[in-house]
Amino acid sequence: MIGELPPALLFVIGALILPLVPRRWQSTWVVAVPVISLINLIQIPIGVHWQVSVLDYELTFGRLDKLSFLFGLLFHIAAIIAGIFALHLRDPMQHIAALLYAGSAIGAVLAGDLVALFIFWEIMAVSSVFLIWARRTERANRAGLRYLIVQIASGVILFAGIIVRVHETGSTEFGLIGLDGLGGLLIFLAFGIKCAFPLLHIWLTDAYPEATPTGTVFLSAFTTKVAVYCLARSYPGTEALIYIGATMTMFPIFFAVIENDLRRVLGYSMINQIGFMVVGIGLGTELALNGAVSHAFNDVVFKGLLFMSMGAVLHMTGRIDGTDLGGLYKTMPITATLCIVGAASISAFPLFSGFVSKSMVMASAAEEGHTIVFLALLFASAGVFHHAGIKIPFFAFFAHDSGLRPGEPPINMLAAMVIAAVICVFNGSYPWLLYELLPWEAPYEPYTLTHVITQSQLLFYSALAFTLLMLSGLYPPEMRLLNLDIDWTWRRIATRMALGAGRAIDTAWRRITGFLKWRLDSIIADVYRHHGPRGVLARTWPTGSTVLWVAVLLAVYLVIYFI
Amino acid sequence: MTERKYWLDHPRNVKTVLRVLYTVCAVLIALDLFYHKHAILAFEGWFGFYGIYGFVACVLLVLLAKGMRRILSRPENYYGEQPDDR
Repeated sequence: MIGELPPALLFVIGALILPLVPRRWQSTWVVAVPVISLINLIQIPIGVHWQVSVLDYELTFGRLDKLSFLFGLLFHIAAIIAGIFALHLRDPMQHIAALLYAGSAIGAVLAGDLVALFIFWEIMAVSSVFLIWARRTERANRAGLRYLIVQIASGVILFAGIIVRVHETGSTEFGLIGLDGLGGLLIFLAFGIKCAFPLLHIWLTDAYPEATPTGTVFLSAFTTKVAVYCLARSYPGTEALIYIGATMTMFPIFFAVIENDLRRVLGYSMINQIGFMVVGIGLGTELALNGAVSHAFNDVVFKGLLFMSMGAVLHMTGRIDGTDLGGLYKTMPITATLCIVGAASISAFPLFSGFVSKSMVMASAAEEGHTIVFLALLFASAGVFHHAGIKIPFFAFFAHDSGLRPGEPPINMLAAMVIAAVICVFNGSYPWLLYELLPWEAPYEPYTLTHVITQSQLLFYSALAFTLLMLSGLYPPEMRLLNLDIDWTWRRIATRMALGAGRAIDTAWRRITGFLKWRLDSIIADVYRHHGPRGVLARTWPTGSTVLWVAVLLAVYLVIYFI
Repeated sequence: MTERKYWLDHPRNVKTVLRVLYTVCAVLIALDLFYHKHAILAFEGWFGFYGIYGFVACVLLVLLAKGMRRILSRPENYYGEQPDDR
């Protein structure tokens, strides 16, 4: 009977056993573990489980309520889909990393106290970086290292926040925290780093596109959504989140329009989608919170689908830049179709999943009277259709013919994409099952005439704008360029400052040692002058000078004697 | 040997796609005349608000992003990493 074991434990055991599994069955094992764990999860009753006393603290590894169950379920589905997508892979390092990463994400959302959360927070950081390093290129090595530094920094800040919080309140409870007090602020910052808040977001767009084709699918599912869960758990109704989230929806779409690497475009659109969730958490009404978490659910699936379709393109062609691709619909029609399903879902077309979840956040913003935020979200909705909904499929599969004629990807990749696409359409067309799982009581009806028509207007006129800009030649062409983001401040300015400081220290050191050497030289020269071969005291042999001194002493003695 | 022609290789088909798009846009804006819009904020109820907003937003987005490229774009090896090292 496997019922009622901590899911994270199952994943860790799975990862430990993996090296013993015959190599050709290892990737199947990566799918089997989350399947077994899912069966286990649905048998766990609502409530608190697996408490362990360590020193003076009680760690809780299982707190199951509707909110944590929703995310636990979502992460299992994501791990299964991403595992199927990676079934062709023969790389034990990635398999182990994927199991530990998915398991620790599930452990984090089931954690009932901050110390248990911290443990999984760190395992997530360390295991996930191997999915980037597994690319085994110099670029990926460096990007992975930058990623790891940020993730560990988030962990250190979380740990500091927990210590201060325990000092302030005497409790490690992982519940409502809020921004009063230094502990609450530090924990907020730690969550914010993993949630890719503006200015703290760069690790995502920097590192995710450098991971392996299959690794990015895992990466896109967990880290940021754990952060969304943590914010929903500890900071609902925090007003700052409304504005942070609105900024997150807005700024990445501009970068996405001019970015060449299509997986990096998806990275920017990921921040944009998380922005909607963050706004929902900030608004804090039951409808908004339901919108935030249901959008997290849908986002994991459709963003996974988009990353999978681009991973398939990368896997089959070895290229991912918009400048290198185009015309692939000719030989990859199934992948192209599935990509379009993902694109329609992220753009929130009626009958696709984004339509039934994002609108809850939008409606709440309007109802709460946040007009500016509402207009920003509407702008971002048009923008996301523009860069993720149109640009991704257009530049990969249509646009100018690149001359590439790759075939469809392996059957397991297609199967994983089909499963994700089915979930996107199912949740979009029949949202009631998803709504049933939502933690808060807030009835919502997505399919009203007004909503369907207005949303269609927004999207079709965005498509019209794209078409007219394309036809008129005003649309910026894809170019082999990189775009400066906030990382410029440390990769360029801070590097230069560090190099400058290094040079200054070097110069100062040379000056000081030069001066000391000069002093030493002059002392040596002094000694040499008096005692060297031509020195006054070196003109006679030591015996001669002894005779001289003896004669002087004798003379002095005689003089004293006669007196 | 000439390569097989695909559906969008024929300009006629591209034109059909564009015509469908224009028709759908026209129909959607016309629909605004025929039903009562349930608006939470006042401007939501204006005729064609969503369509016009979406259109203007996208044009602004693209033109601003194009301007951004002048300031923010650098060669791919700017940070000393080789782009083709994949």
